[in-house]
Amino acid sequence: MSGTIKKLLIANRGEIAVRIIRAARDLGIATVQVYSEADAESRAVQLADEAISIGPPQAAKSYLDVESILAAARKTGADAVHPGYGFLAENAAFADAVAAAGLTFVGPSGDTIRLMGDKAAARAEAKRAGVPTVPGNDGLLGDMDAAVALAEDIGFPVMIKAAAGGGGRGIRVAGDAAEFRTLAPQASAEAKAAFGDGGIYVEKVIGRARHIEVQVLGDGVDVVHFYERECSLQRRRQKVWEEAPSSVLADSLRESLCDAAVALAKAVGYKGAGTVEFLYDDDGGQFYFIEMNTRIQVEHPVTEMICGVDLVAEMIAIAGGRKLRLRQDDIRRRGHAIEVRLNAEDPANNFMPFPGVVEALSIPAGPGVRFDHMLYPGYAIPPFYDSLLGKLIVWAEDRPAALRRLSRALGELEIDGLPTTAPLFQALLESKDLQASAVHTRWLEPWLEQNIDLIKKKEAEPHD
Amino acid sequence: MARHEVKSPIPGTFYRKPAPDQPSYKEIGDTVAKGDTLGLVEVMKTYVEVKADSDGTVSGFPIGDAEPVRAGQTIAELD
Repeated sequence: MSGTIKKLLIANRGEIAVRIIRAARDLGIATVQVYSEADAESRAVQLADEAISIGPPQAAKSYLDVESILAAARKTGADAVHPGYGFLAENAAFADAVAAAGLTFVGPSGDTIRLMGDKAAARAEAKRAGVPTVPGNDGLLGDMDAAVALAEDIGFPVMIKAAAGGGGRGIRVAGDAAEFRTLAPQASAEAKAAFGDGGIYVEKVIGRARHIEVQVLGDGVDVVHFYERECSLQRRRQKVWEEAPSSVLADSLRESLCDAAVALAKAVGYKGAGTVEFLYDDDGGQFYFIEMNTRIQVEHPVTEMICGVDLVAEMIAIAGGRKLRLRQDDIRRRGHAIEVRLNAEDPANNFMPFPGVVEALSIPAGPGVRFDHMLYPGYAIPPFYDSLLGKLIVWAEDRPAALRRLSRALGELEIDGLPTTAPLFQALLESKDLQASAVHTRWLEPWLEQNIDLIKKKEAEPHD
Repeated sequence: MARHEVKSPIPGTFYRKPAPDQPSYKEIGDTVAKGDTLGLVEVMKTYVEVKADSDGTVSGFPIGDAEPVRAGQTIAELD
């Protein structure tokens, strides 16, 4: 089943390391967990068949140290490396180094990672594959009349951007042609002063956009999709709540979105699990490619719940040389899934991270409930890495039932000893907008400001 | 013997500089006023400034730049 892989080294930590160990064990593959000195007591280290230290707590000296990880693979006789997400997962040089060491990298080739990691190259690749990108001009603006005609073509409002820009400088938003004629020369002058290059281009402003992404799986030749996820609830560009499917896509639009993702993945000969991310403009009913992530994502379980697939196991098997097991016609979706991210942060105190010791722990269970995590009573959460403790995922026949089940599961969840983001989700469940899925990527931050008292109240409430 | 010890309120990684390519906030022998920033502690990818809670002259930094720190551990000694 699993191809040639006999022993898999997990070059990651936390909940995703636990997730990968489980998938490998289900496939009959032995596991090696690498760990920093700060993670010697981690759940993943306890669960893996073997564990090997790769350095001090600082990620740069452990989980990002390519030589140290390859040495651990040699020492333990591992024949494959799973990078998880974050750390070295989208580092093309790491993928190359793993391959050069004669090991199997669970993911696409270094060349594919490199291509999709370059935003401009990825945008060009998407255009070539016929995937819609954010409307704009590819070259630079020249003559004003031609520029105005182009802006009118794209549709106001448009963003005027410095080609050499960065950090928000040299950007203007023009609402109509007259404004465009005033602002374009200003943007060019500011760009010239700031970057020594007055070149400008225009791009459509996507006002109220949803974040919708398509899960793909490829074997280097063929590619299938597992439908979409919607991740519009974000704080500081970090996703906090994800769903599958999106509630707003008509079936015909869903089909063209998923087909676009498959076309792009096929065009680059994609191998492994990947995600093609889009902005979806509710008002215009249009979707636009943003980027492709060449790894498994944090929110992959919502897709697994509606499609009945183990994406991590599939990606390992493909890396081991197996061809795609599923044809597109075999892949069906059913019901609705929601994931919320439990972080070691205090939502009532500006999400301040709090790496404490887990005291009492009650994990929700029952029909349609899954909790992917790295916790156990007495576990001291290290302060050196990100704050994600686990993900609570629920599935039900439809979205209203999934929301009720999420409420039930959050009521059963108890993580004592430290603040978590659980009260945020209890509070969010009371939002009429969220109940109606009337959200977009800039919805959550103002809602947080207006509902801080509700979050504090939820934080103070006793558990069921 | 240090007259005053400035402790980190949180665990994490201690940094003496605002960014890798910038000079340290303070050097040994520098005069500091209450409220001056002495370093940063990175906790779960969030940076928290550690400020002097007393006036004085820096006599020591017991923890090196980019080294782990525990909550309550001394990050600077003032005379």
